[in-house]
Amino acid sequence: MPLKANSPEGALDDKWTKYRSTMNLVAPNNKRRIDIIVVGTGLAGAAAAATLGELGYNVKAFTFHDSPRRAHSIAAQGGINAAKNYQNDGDSVFRLFYDTIKGGDYRSRESNVHRLAEVSRNIIDQCVAQGVPFAREYGGLLANRSFGGVQVSRTFYAKGQTGQQLLLGAYQALSRQISLGNVEMYNRHEMLDLVIEDGKARGIIARNLLTGKLERFGAHCVVLGTGGYGNVFYLSTNAMGSNVSAAWRATKRGALMANPCYTQIHPTCIPVSGEYQSKLTLMSESLRNDGRVWVPAHKEDVMAIREKRMSAKDIPEDRRDYYLERRYPAFGNLVPRDVASRAAKVACDEGFGVNKTGLAVFLDFASAIQRYGKTEAHSNGIHNPDPKKIEELGKKVIEAKYGNLFEMYEKITGEDPYDVPMKIFPAVHYTMGGLWVDYNLETNIPGLFALGECNFSDHGANRLGASALMQGLADGYFVIPYTIGQFLSKEIRTPKINSDSPAFMEAEKDVDGRLKKLLSINGSQSVESFHRRLGLIMWEYCGMSRNAEGLQKGRKLIQELRAEFWKDVFVPGSDDEFNPELEKATRVADFLELGELMMVDALDRNESCGGHFREEYQSEEGEALRRDDEYAYVSAWEWKDGDDPILHREDLEFENVELKTRSYK
Amino acid sequence: MKLTLKIWKQKNNSSAGKFETYSVEADEHMSFLEMLDVLNQSLLEQKKEPVVFEHDCREGICGSCSMVINGQPHGPNKGTTACQLHMRYFKDGQTITIEPWRAKAFPIVKDLVVDRSAFDRIIQAGGYISVNTGQAQDGNAIPIEKGLASEAMDAATCIGCGACVAACPNASAMLFTSAKVSHLGLMPQGEIEHTKRVQSMVTQMDSEGFGNCSNVGVCEAECPKGISIENIARMNRQYIGSVFGSQTKVEKA
Repeated sequence: MPLKANSPEGALDDKWTKYRSTMNLVAPNNKRRIDIIVVGTGLAGAAAAATLGELGYNVKAFTFHDSPRRAHSIAAQGGINAAKNYQNDGDSVFRLFYDTIKGGDYRSRESNVHRLAEVSRNIIDQCVAQGVPFAREYGGLLANRSFGGVQVSRTFYAKGQTGQQLLLGAYQALSRQISLGNVEMYNRHEMLDLVIEDGKARGIIARNLLTGKLERFGAHCVVLGTGGYGNVFYLSTNAMGSNVSAAWRATKRGALMANPCYTQIHPTCIPVSGEYQSKLTLMSESLRNDGRVWVPAHKEDVMAIREKRMSAKDIPEDRRDYYLERRYPAFGNLVPRDVASRAAKVACDEGFGVNKTGLAVFLDFASAIQRYGKTEAHSNGIHNPDPKKIEELGKKVIEAKYGNLFEMYEKITGEDPYDVPMKIFPAVHYTMGGLWVDYNLETNIPGLFALGECNFSDHGANRLGASALMQGLADGYFVIPYTIGQFLSKEIRTPKINSDSPAFMEAEKDVDGRLKKLLSINGSQSVESFHRRLGLIMWEYCGMSRNAEGLQKGRKLIQELRAEFWKDVFVPGSDDEFNPELEKATRVADFLELGELMMVDALDRNESCGGHFREEYQSEEGEALRRDDEYAYVSAWEWKDGDDPILHREDLEFENVELKTRSYK
Repeated sequence: MKLTLKIWKQKNNSSAGKFETYSVEADEHMSFLEMLDVLNQSLLEQKKEPVVFEHDCREGICGSCSMVINGQPHGPNKGTTACQLHMRYFKDGQTITIEPWRAKAFPIVKDLVVDRSAFDRIIQAGGYISVNTGQAQDGNAIPIEKGLASEAMDAATCIGCGACVAACPNASAMLFTSAKVSHLGLMPQGEIEHTKRVQSMVTQMDSEGFGNCSNVGVCEAECPKGISIENIARMNRQYIGSVFGSQTKVEKA
């Protein structure tokens, strides 16, 4: 099928303004007669549901959580980017656009990214008006900080809890619409299928998780804001409940899944400590401003550390390898996420990992403590301070900057990072891939829209820090409320959707059959144990680096695991009660298919770009080798049960930026 | 380490519950919830029903996890949610009692899971600023004093877990409600609707069946985010001020 991006004509910086002024509208009296389903209440979903409610549409919003406020957007730490140029440091919409395209390794669509950069400014205004308590300067104006991969200070933040504050802002806006009766909220309802009638998305089948009852909901269109699929790796920084099911059910109904192999591995997470581990905790990127990453230069020191005969502090400077500073002198410890993660993997693969599993490197703040301590002493008029005083003052500065992160690290590991270096290792964090959407954020199924992390649109092959919050809110507050009109303006004569029609009944029957099947297998292995095994396969063959042979093997292993799952899984209880094991089973069943598609996509993309590193395609120095002539396209996959997925290509056209090799040497 | 667990099991809100005893082999590096994962895995291997508990982010921010551990909401560590609590704070051979939040306004769903939708309804009653998308002026148009913004931020860090209600002998939701009233009321943007907000939210809180505040202070002590009881004092002042000092009156629902 031909993929039409539907980007408006005209100059890049005019496209959105012109398009917005000329697109079709739905009159207020008609809005009242139109129903919209929004699935997911994170930043994208809650912002969309609230705004569409404000506009006068009848909105039904769904979350599997007990409250919309629990969505995993809440865990974002660092901040949100916006091209405000409040710091007078030369920021602009074009610069944010350019940084995002380049950071994404030239694998995203210019028109979408430029629109994102444009509306980024409105987001900050909107959130301030909602009462989001952003950090401020002494003069009372908004504060900014810097993030990786850029040279300006454009990140707005609320301590280390920016995601929480932005989500609560959206949750409160949504709560207001609920109280006004414009949004009907369905907590503890999980979408288990998409219903298509006459080729258009017209509703969903949801399971009431408290009673287990399947319910049919009809609407003129369906909007998904259901997040990413990082949990396919089992261990990730995602929440335990984060899942791909809504997006995957849409894929099974014909929506295209784009670039599923683009996954972001975050370099600074707390390492795995044992086989029981359930999730990984992120340590903010901001730590790399002051922390130096290293491993011992000699194997005997590595062994001594693993056997606890030595501590990091016993290793003298000349026996340490600050490998990021050595390999990338220009950017040092502040190389982008994909580069830092791969370098840590190389160090550990070569046997220099510093914990008992051999999968950890040091992130050391001793130099920073010394440096800040000396500056503090100097500014306090203390001359010739003793080393103890320097350390004391330096630790105070570090505490002011990163106190909450250090505390979290100590809680989890039991080690004091002010005294001994942190141990960190890369972990799955974000997925750039997702449902294919056009400029209107509409999938190839008319009337089905996808927002935020669950679509593929803006981050290419690698996302920059503090851009996920920006995209979720841009899509929800400032894009979908307009672009949805392009579809709905043609639907004003469509009567209320009848959820008793054959399409709905059939979809419900499908879901019911699937649930009954899962319960009837009565095998011997828990859902969790399958999920863990899937995660290990994904990490081994489709993780930080990939090769053709491994991907083929990985695909086969997943097919075998899937077959075993459907023969031997054990799901206790019944389907007419609150049954979290059954919920988990439906989600893992979907991951077992998505995982295979990721392998297929990674195998098809014979180049290295951003989060996708193919060992066959690297420079002599081991850096990623992009192949623009052949692979400057979006891979949008059509899923076929029991058959090979079919590739549809959207060729990317770059009219405003020149494709260059990213170098951090 | 070998542990004995006494866990509250209850099929649903209409059936009676009771404590069941389990033993589990844990590792000191595990989080408390990972210890429960290990227990559930072994129950599933024996084809038994696992213990149901609420959890999601497992990094102390989503507010899902909600269990009383040895009599304390979220367990023995200060400023720590159950998901961030680690097993090294327990001793080999110890018996640990695990119960759900207990409050009339939080009916039990199953085992350790309760229904906290009363909190959502309190927010829906007025825990917001009435501004539609697209109406905002420039973000820097109203300067806000740094200290004030940071005080509002401290109140806004509430994760809505309900530990304050579970800890309070009156099952009062004053800490939760006052944190939102304070956060919004301290910001100039939220001041405009303040009078109506404080009355609406308090009225809703009362109608949900939460108890009153009698200054015990255990809510603050058990709050994993350290929300200050000063917020309650502030809300009381503002509530009284709004009832006696203004024309705005919110009727009971």
